[in-house]
Amino acid sequence: MSDVTSTNMPSASGTVDRRSWYAKNKLRVAPWLFLAPALIFFVIYVVLPIFQSLWISFFEWDGLGEAKWVGVGNYIELMDDDRFYTSLYNNVLWLVLYMLAVPAGLFIALFLNQTVTGMRIYKSLFFFPFVISQVVVGLIFTWFYNPNFGIVGKIWQFFGAAPPSILGDENLVTYGIIFAGLWPQIAYCMILYLTGLNNVSPDQVEAGRLDNAKGWKMLWYVVLPQLKPATFIAIVVTVIGALRSFDMIAIMTQGGPYGTSNVLSYYMFETALSEYGFRMGYGSAIAAVLFFIMLFFISYFLWNMYQEEKVGR
Amino acid sequence: MFPTPIAKSSASAQTAYKLFLPIALFIWLLPLLAILMTSIRPASDINSGNVFGWPSDFQAWTNYSAVFIQSKAGLFLWNSFRITVPTVIISVSLACLAGYALAIYRFKAAIPLFFLFVAGNFVPFQILMVPVRNLSVQTGLYDTVTGLVLFHAAFQTGFCTLFMRNFIRALPFELIESARIEGVGEFKIFWHLVLPLVRPALAALAVLIFTFVWNDFFWATVLTKTDASLPITAGVRALNGQFVSQWHLVSAASLLAAVPPVLMFFLMQKHFIAGLTLGATKG
Repeated sequence: MSDVTSTNMPSASGTVDRRSWYAKNKLRVAPWLFLAPALIFFVIYVVLPIFQSLWISFFEWDGLGEAKWVGVGNYIELMDDDRFYTSLYNNVLWLVLYMLAVPAGLFIALFLNQTVTGMRIYKSLFFFPFVISQVVVGLIFTWFYNPNFGIVGKIWQFFGAAPPSILGDENLVTYGIIFAGLWPQIAYCMILYLTGLNNVSPDQVEAGRLDNAKGWKMLWYVVLPQLKPATFIAIVVTVIGALRSFDMIAIMTQGGPYGTSNVLSYYMFETALSEYGFRMGYGSAIAAVLFFIMLFFISYFLWNMYQEEKVGR
Repeated sequence: MFPTPIAKSSASAQTAYKLFLPIALFIWLLPLLAILMTSIRPASDINSGNVFGWPSDFQAWTNYSAVFIQSKAGLFLWNSFRITVPTVIISVSLACLAGYALAIYRFKAAIPLFFLFVAGNFVPFQILMVPVRNLSVQTGLYDTVTGLVLFHAAFQTGFCTLFMRNFIRALPFELIESARIEGVGEFKIFWHLVLPLVRPALAALAVLIFTFVWNDFFWATVLTKTDASLPITAGVRALNGQFVSQWHLVSAASLLAAVPPVLMFFLMQKHFIAGLTLGATKG
């Protein structure tokens, strides 16, 4: 690839370049013209708000009146806030259990990676849960978990036991919501792996077979290494999905009972924009904590991408 | 191919596989089938405890029309379209331009800017919530469809730029170089040469963003309050409150909310999956 500056060079004969300023510099100016609309938009709505939020987190502010500077007061208050710790703990729980979507998706993808008549339809139907809004998924499972007429109630009654109220039980509620959330997430991981499996080199699998690799061994030593890009993306989207969980909680429990199913994203919303009062500053402090947790993962992903970029062109 | 193709195994294993396939699908989609059945059964079934059995009567028309008559589901669906379609157009267009700039030109800021778009796309919504809401209130865009469109378009531009940049980067660079040598202007190269080549990416992005924005619930809750601008996802939640324990109506409304993205997925399946799995095969 040629160096772009070559077109900016004065002509070889040494005569004065009579082209306009734009013509001379177009390769330096053009990218910024192309970038400007997207960049301005993105800075206004995404980049600046991040810094504004961090700034607001140092104030006590109801969103309307005068904001009062409290320094790190909000963060100190957080350290004594039981609801914050419950939410943080639930976030960890979400992160860990949500990861089950990755192996589960791989498992279903392996199950479906066959060529039988109608397989395409099966694959797309298996993918269905991901296309549906989490609001709808949340409603479906709320109803399933209902001890009186939900499917969980029916199953327990079938065995002659008194059905638990999953969403009303402080110890079960988060697991219940995560289980519901896994349904679409598994579908997402599945489709990533199905595409990955399409590109697994048949030669290597064949070579593995000649070496007597079978089943788990073949999966672990031959297939999985080739699925590394799919696994990476599956982990990225699952981490983000786990930390972004909001819809399900808002629909299924609104953080209840007694805040036991809260996560940081919902607790932040509740603090800043609901009947608990409009505590924008305190809410922003919670958001900041969530942001820094996410930033840890984002940095890792970007670092990974950067390594690949260096290998590329 | 892994696992071993089923065609190579015994006849009984093949039959077993073919039998188990629909059963597995049935279990996997049980939640959806359940609300589908519920949405067409009469209220009396639910009250008498026949929630998962065969409906005693099929009342699809009655239930679905009841949703439209008794609630503003029609308006909410319309709002969702008014929010989603312009968002798709704006974010995809902006990302085409930005992605082109980041993929074709070599300048120092290219990689940092690219990573800015990628990182911005991953941040938790809550860190944007208070400032974006304030901005909307100050500019009079709070509780308007325009306000939601502008925010969604800006936010989705991050993901779209990531996507377009990688797609354009995979195009043969010689094409652009030779056009430059011919003296074709930079914008003309973009418009006449690159844009026709990225059509598949445009389709993939359009269906993806349509689904993402249609299914958004958080921003609908934060940036709207009245029915005039409420999209269907937030609307369904409101209906859930309105139709307390009328599960047949809640189910019908939920399914209505799911229909457009599902249709989109089925019609554009190839593009949809190509978009989602971008990068899952590289390397």
